[in-house]
Parts: sequence; C-alpha cells; structure tokens
Amino acid sequence: MIQIHCPYCGETLPELEFAYAGEAHIERPLSPSEQSDEQWAEFLFLRENVKGPHFERWRHLHGCGRFFNAVRNTITDRFYITYKAGEPRPDLATLLEEDK
Amino acid sequence: MSKYRLRGRGRVDSSKPVVFTFDGKPYTGLKGDTVASALLAHGVHLMGRSFKYHRPRGAIAAGSEEPNALIGTRRGPGRFEPNTRATVQEIWEGLETTSQNKFPSLKWDVGAVNDAAYMMFSAGFYYKTFMWPRSFWDKVYEPFIRAAAGLGVSPTEEDPDTYASRYSYCDLLIVGAGPAGIAAAREAAGKGLSVILVDENPEMGGTLLSEPQSKINGKAAWNWLEDELAALQAAGVKLMTRTTAIGYYHENLIALVEKLTDHLPTLPEDTPRERMWRVRAKQVVLAQGALEKPMVFHGNDRPGVMLAGSAQTFLNRYGVKVGNTPAVVTSHDSAWYAAFDLQDAGAFVQAIIDTRAQVRQDLQDEARARGIPVKLSHTVTATGGRLRVNNVRVNPVSGGTNVGAGQWIKCDALLMSGGWTPSLHLFSHTKGSLTWDDDLTTFLPKDTPEDCVITGASRGLWGVEAALRDGAARVGEALAKLGIGSSASEYSVEDDRTGSGVMMRELPTDRSPGKAKAFVDFQNDVTAKDLRLAVREGMRSIEHVKRYTTNGMATDQGKMSNINGLNIAADALGKKQPQVGLTTFRPPYTPTTFGAFAGYHRGEHFEVVRKTQIDAWAEEHGAVYEPVGQWRRARYFPKAGETMDQAVTRECAATRASVGIFDASTLGKIEVVGPDAAEFINRMYTNPFLKLAPGKCRYGLLLGDDGFIRDDGVIARVEEDRFHVTTTTGGAARVLNMMEDYLQTEWPDLNVWLTSTTEQWSTVALNGPNAAKLLAPFVEGIELTEEAFPHMSCVNCTVAGYPARLWRVSFTGEIGFEVNVPAPYGRDLWEKLWEAGQQYDITPYGTETMHVLRAEKGYIIVGQDTDGTVTPADAGMDWAVGKKKADFVGMRGLARPDLVAPNRKQLVGLLTEDNSWLEEGAQIVFDPKQPIPMKMVGHVTSSYNQGTTGRPIALALVEGGHSKMGETVYIPMPDRTIAAKITGTVFFDPENSRLKI
Repeated sequence: MIQIHCPYCGETLPELEFAYAGEAHIERPLSPSEQSDEQWAEFLFLRENVKGPHFERWRHLHGCGRFFNAVRNTITDRFYITYKAGEPRPDLATLLEEDK
Repeated sequence: MSKYRLRGRGRVDSSKPVVFTFDGKPYTGLKGDTVASALLAHGVHLMGRSFKYHRPRGAIAAGSEEPNALIGTRRGPGRFEPNTRATVQEIWEGLETTSQNKFPSLKWDVGAVNDAAYMMFSAGFYYKTFMWPRSFWDKVYEPFIRAAAGLGVSPTEEDPDTYASRYSYCDLLIVGAGPAGIAAAREAAGKGLSVILVDENPEMGGTLLSEPQSKINGKAAWNWLEDELAALQAAGVKLMTRTTAIGYYHENLIALVEKLTDHLPTLPEDTPRERMWRVRAKQVVLAQGALEKPMVFHGNDRPGVMLAGSAQTFLNRYGVKVGNTPAVVTSHDSAWYAAFDLQDAGAFVQAIIDTRAQVRQDLQDEARARGIPVKLSHTVTATGGRLRVNNVRVNPVSGGTNVGAGQWIKCDALLMSGGWTPSLHLFSHTKGSLTWDDDLTTFLPKDTPEDCVITGASRGLWGVEAALRDGAARVGEALAKLGIGSSASEYSVEDDRTGSGVMMRELPTDRSPGKAKAFVDFQNDVTAKDLRLAVREGMRSIEHVKRYTTNGMATDQGKMSNINGLNIAADALGKKQPQVGLTTFRPPYTPTTFGAFAGYHRGEHFEVVRKTQIDAWAEEHGAVYEPVGQWRRARYFPKAGETMDQAVTRECAATRASVGIFDASTLGKIEVVGPDAAEFINRMYTNPFLKLAPGKCRYGLLLGDDGFIRDDGVIARVEEDRFHVTTTTGGAARVLNMMEDYLQTEWPDLNVWLTSTTEQWSTVALNGPNAAKLLAPFVEGIELTEEAFPHMSCVNCTVAGYPARLWRVSFTGEIGFEVNVPAPYGRDLWEKLWEAGQQYDITPYGTETMHVLRAEKGYIIVGQDTDGTVTPADAGMDWAVGKKKADFVGMRGLARPDLVAPNRKQLVGLLTEDNSWLEEGAQIVFDPKQPIPMKMVGHVTSSYNQGTTGRPIALALVEGGHSKMGETVYIPMPDRTIAAKITGTVFFDPENSRLKI
C-alpha cells in the first residue's frame, strides 16, 4: 500500500484514506455551449493513459475531503509531488531531476 | 523409544512424550516434534498421495517448502484444516491428522490407476484430452475434473476461531532469524531503534538448529544462539516466532502472519488463532536463506527419497534418523556432511553417489575414514520399492553423457542434493531485479526500489561465518540510512560447512527419457518429460511453459521446482537461463488461511449494515428486508400466511384507499448552504433553481457532463441561502463526491458549503387520501390545506412536539408528506402517527410497494429505469431541463450528435396483450419471426403485477419508443413469445387529480 502526502493536511498517510480522481489539469470550459462537438468530446473522453510520470487527481476522501493534484509514476507508483488544486502544473523535467 | 529416534539428540524434549493420531492410528512423538519428524521417528515415510497420479509420497523437506506431505489437521468441530504441511505442524497431545488424496486408504489407493495411464495426463492434458466430443464436456469431463481436482477437502463447518489484525511501525524489520538475520539484529540492537526480528519457525536460529557442530567465536553454536537471543530480547528487539512474512508491498509495507494457537494442546480463550500484521518499516533486512534443490531422476518421488539437508535437520534438530541404511546422491558438497552426520549417528550409509568427477579431497578422505563407499561420476537412473524406497539403480557416467551399466544398491532412504537456491521471494515482491550468476548457476538479487537490503544465503553466500559477517555488514547500510553509524562485528566460526556444487538438469540415464517419471514439481506431478514436451509443442515463454505444464503452480509456489524447471526448459529451448528468465514470485510466501486475510471482517462485521432509527419497529412488525446500498430496508410487511405478492398488493391498495406510512430515512441528504447555494444548485441540476422561493420544493435531475442521467431527488429551499437536497438511497456518496469535485475544482469562487446529513434526519412519509387528515393534528405552525401548504411546499415547523422540516411531496401519486425530524426522534414520531393512524387503517409499506406505486405514475428510478446511457429526453423528462439556463452540468453534453440522433432507446410503458407479467431485464424485438440472432431493440426495466390498475404494467426502454405509441413489440422468452403494446408511462391518474387535498 502506497502512502500519499495530502498537501492540505500536510501529512503522509496510507492510500486507504484517498480516492483516485482521474487525470489532472483538465479544465471544464467556462462556456461549454461555445465548444464544438470535437472539443467537447475531447474534454469528456480523451485522456493521456501515460506509462510513466502522470499528472493526476486524488481526493483525501477519508480525511479533509479536498481534491488535489499529484505526479505519480504509473509503472512504479512513485509519487514525485502532490500539490493543491489550482496550483500550476510543475515542470516534469525538474521533478525528475530532483528525484534522482 | 521409537525405532529411528536418537535419545537425547536434537532440540526435542525426551522427557515429554506427546500422543497424536495419523489416519486414526496413535503415534508417540516428543514435545518439539513436527508431525513429519514424529512419523519418521517411527519409520513412517508414506504421508500422502500425489495430486494427479496418486503416487505414494513422503516428506521430501523439513520445512515450509514441503510439497508432498500435506495432511488434514483436526481439533473438534469446525477446526479442520486441509493441506497443512506435516513438516510445519507441531504435534500436541490429542492432535488428529489425516492423509489426503486417497481412497480407500493411503496404502491402497484406487486413484493410482492414473499413474498407469500417465501418458494420457502429460503436459497440457487439460487442453487435449477433454476437447472431444464437445457434448461430453458438461456431463462427463467437467464432473470428472471437478471431482479429481483440488488438494484435500474443504472444511464444511464454520470456523469457530477468531483472527486478528494489527498495524505496526518500526525502524527496522528483519525477516529470517538464521545467522545472517541474528547478526543484523545484533548490530541494530541497543541503538534506540525499534527493531522486529521475525521467523516462520517455532524456534529462531535457522540453519544453526541443523548444524550444532560449529563454534561461533569459540562458543558452541547452540550456546551462542541462546546467548544472542537473550541479548536481543534484553535490548528490546521484538522477537516473533511462528511468524511468516508473506508479502512485501509498496513502501516497505510487509504483511506478517503470526500463528498463535496451532501448536497448543488447549486453546486459550482470549487468543486469536492467527494475527495478520501490517508492518510499515523504515528499513528492511531480508535474510530468508536458501532452499535445497531436488535432483531430477526416474523415481525421485518415492517415499524415503528426500533432500539431504532436510535429513540433516531431522537428525540434528529432531533426533530422528530418516533411515538406517541411507544412500546419498548429490552434485553439491553439502550432502556429504549429511552423510557424515548420519553415519556418526549410527546409520550405515550405503554410498555417496556424486555426479561430479572431482570432489574436494578432504570430503573424500572423511568418507573413507568412515567406511562410506564413494561413487564419483555416477548417476541415479531408478529407484525401487512400492510404498518406500528399498533400492537405487546407480550407473557410471563417462564423457558427461555416456551412461554405463546399472547396479542396484539397497537402501532404506535416498538423500539428494542438487545444490541450493537463494530465497528471493520477498525481494522479488519489491520488483527487485535479479542477475544470473554463472559460477553458482543461480539467480542472485541485484537492485530493489525499496528501502531494503538482502543478506546471507539469500544472496548466494554459503556457510555460517559468511552469513554472520554479511548480516553484520549489510545491516550497516540500512542503519546508515536511519542516520546511525555502525562498525560490523567480527565473527569467526570453527567447523563451518562451506561448499560448492554444479548445476544438473535431469540426471543422465540409460533409459528412454520419454518413459522416465523424473519429477520436477512434486505437488503438481510435473515431470522433466512434460517440460520438454511443452517446449516441443510450441511454448516459448517460461510463463507459458509454467501454465501449460502447471510447473510451479502448486501451493508450494515452485519453491522446489522453479529452478530445475527453468534449467530444463532453457535446455529444451537452447537458450541460457537468463534469456529465459524466471516466472513471477507472488505473495503469499507460504499458504495462508482465509481467516488471516479476513481478520475481523466476517459475519456481521463483513460489511456495515446501516439501519434507520425506525428499523427496529419494522423488525418487530415482521418486515422482510432487502439490501439497498449498505442499508437494509423493509421490503414489505407480510401478515400471517401472506406471500410477497399478496402483501404488496394489500399495501398498495391500502395506501391508495386511505393512508400508508413509509420509512424514507435512507434517502441521501445533502445540506447546501451559503450565499451562492442557489447558483451552485442551479449549475449542478438541469432544472432552474434561481427563482425557487424559500418554502418551495422542486424535483431535480442530475446529469453527468456527458448528458446522461446520474441521479435525481427532491430539493427544498429551506431558506434563502440553504437547500436540503435529497438523492437516491444508493447514490448519496457519489453525488456528494461529484458536487465537491465541481465546487472545489471548477467553481472554487462559489461561496458554498456541502454537508452530508443523511444520518442526521429521520424521514417518515405519509401517503394516501387520508394523509393530511392524519398528520394535521400533530403539526404546529402551518395548516395542511391546499391553499396554505400546496403540493411541493416545505416548511420548518413542529410535528408531534419535535422540530421538523415538513415537505408536501409525493412519490405515489397520492397526497403525500415527508416529515424530517432530528434522527433520534424518528421512532417516536413514527409510533405516534401509527397509533393515531389506526382510525384510518394505516398500513406500513416497504420498498416494493413504493416501487409499484411510483411505476403506476411513471416516476423513474435512476439505476433501474436508467442505466447510465439515458438522457432526460430518452426518459420523457424534457420538462425537467431548464431551457433558458446558460449552463448546467450536462447541458453541452445533451447537444452531442449521438444524444440528439433519432431512434434512441426511449422510456415507454408496456401492456401485455395476454395480461401476463414480464420479467425485468427481458429483451424486446420488433419482429418475432426474424431469424436468430434477433435484433434486440430494448429491454424491460420495471414490471409489476401487484398494483391498483387491475393488470400488470411495465416500463421499458425501446428504440424510437416515443414515436411508436400503440404499436406492438415482442418479448421472446424460453417457452413462448409475449406480445405487448407500447403506451405512455403513466398508468394511473394521469390528471394528477389525487394530489389535491
């Protein structure tokens, strides 16, 4: 069982407390009605399916209840970083460099 | 004293005899014996029958890797366990054990005909033998396979034992208390760290228990061991015996199973049978040692043929000679020591047969000094004896493959050693990488992503001194990561038994290899011939070879067979071992009880059962329950002698005639509060909510952004900035999660709080023409008239003296109220209404009646009449979608091309022409005469025959259904085809005239 750092609680806690919530940084367009069918389909359905470092969302479901973002390696399950919702996407190259 | 027992030898207690039974016959062993050692002390080698061929088998090993000697153990009702390894089960006074896989008896087993027909059961026989004729599968082959498959028998009674689970956190966990593990613990002890040392055996010491001759730092091995363990204990190291590390999971989480009572003659009342520990360790030391490899030759499975190292263990640890006239066959030095120990203990070793041409001179000298005949460059080509080996056929080999004439040598045991395989199970669980070592001809550990070091024989070091030094040195790396410096202690060992050997595949033979029964996987009866056949038949990956032959798939998880299997498969494939690779090691390390995994989660604790405050009243009044999500809900309230249909028919009629009372407390409830609460609800739900006045309710439909219906419920605007949202019973958590998601991540600017209040309210629903009359006398603060409190109103008032949120809503088509009171008052409110309702013949009804009454009105149930692909338009609920809204969740989705396409499946009513009842889920076709497979155009979603319309009604999703009113569709069933007419979804009171007070 992996352990996850909640950026709101500031604690590293067992995976059991958290729920996965899909790919991160997919913003719901502010005016959906102006979206073309293709754009809307992409927003709804198209995901990266990364093998390796993946930007994704988790929710501290059995804790503070907050959604937050993380970069996790889908091969090793290693978390490089977790950060609050709304914060900018961290630079992956820097993250991987720091992890070495 | 039993015949093969050496009094005073080993670690068993000669002064404490213990009587147990095996297949009904009593045997006397000593305290400290396992079932296997006690039986061997009586000369009993035959302990079981093999799985496929029912060949007689005895213990081949002395530890948890044992593949053959599987027994059933019994301790009174419910305490039966199959497939226990006789080499692990400690004996206690009164223990009952039985052999397995035999009929009528272990010595005379009918199933052994399989052995004669072994050509039929070769590799992949499952895929070949049972393929033809097709019609034989159901009646002949499958019953036969099911009867023959499986080891042992499943227990039939409920297990009365309890199983515990605990979490633990430590700085350092050491797995394996042999010399390497103990040396590692010693370095870490006394440094202020929390250290746990675990071992699967009843005693710590590992190989030291089998090698008492060595002297460590001048001290006899067993004295050293005792002193070291006492020192560790004194230093606060947690020592856990009978505790197996079964799996190594992410981030140094190790699962341990501690066996607490299986060795005790009487069960303590306050102790669980087993305890599952989940240990999160900062650093881990793996010191699991190595496992001895069998040799592969014809007849290597006969009882009496066993691993040389295990024979040495039986001798030195249990004081049991496995035979008086043993022979030894080996390709490794270690077996020579087993021969010497047995000879010195009074046995007459008939021969040491070594496949190697060159063996250390000192070993040869020692053998000669003891008078043991030595045969170098020899092979074993057969064994003889029916239920126990009584001779062995030995042939000289020249040039590696030229096998000379055989000679039979008499023996009553045959000890074999094909060398040693490092135990890499837990290391491999970490996704650690392995590297092939050509000198040792084995895989060794390389890198691991976890905070873990591996030491001792697990990384190919042989001998006590090497293990001690390595354990002390390697733990330093783990201690350094914990910020603790250490300098490895020095160890010197006298009479240490180091050695080397060569790797063999099958032993060379002068017989047809196609007829040889040379076993690789003993438990699954896989022979070398099977492995070669699998490669000939096209298996190229070791994973395919494994599955085709079942090599390594038995409960011993290939502990004995993996490396021999790999060597043979690699040879057949013409590749080097590292190019072929190992199959994956998976937890658990040894077979683990279901009880240990289940822990406390059994019986009533298996899953939470949520009950409302009114549940106990329902139980007292004979309710029949159904599970809805985690809730148990009253389904109907049968009177004496009533069937469900009769009860539901009565409840429906009574509610429509006068008044019914219903527990609606399980509905999900979310309190939505804040200045932007109305804006938030308006964005989440399809309906317009901005202009909903406080004191009013509105039905709300929740979509996903894809445009499909997710949930529904009534939403009350309690105050300007406060909404009381209801959800479906099963959907509450999902809906709250979805709301939080949008609120936190898409609209963080909205000032809104969401709180789950499902369990804070008890909700009593009254429905029927007399509902208002019954309720009115209890209500203070509002008059229950059409004018003062019309349909879809809500008010904060007092009901029966309790503060209440009173709603006028209806899910039945009758005058309806839902009284929400703080949860603890629910039952009292219910009882007061029940008492006062007697004058109206008040009837309690359950979920089944609720379903029927709502279906008569065409009200949908999300998840029953919808399936995640239904839009509001499909459900005929366009009226619920706010047309003037700028946006809501799902609005853009509803305009997707597929969602506006013609001929979508649409919700309609169905009335059968012959008045028969339709099965929910039944498929619908337009043309019943079309050839099979027919085109299915929809299915029945709801169907009832207990309602008040006097005939069965059904709801269905049908392609283009809304434009097919009055047309006939067909529902083909196994025995007939039912015709039904498409109608609207409202079967009762389409004018809603009954909603008026």
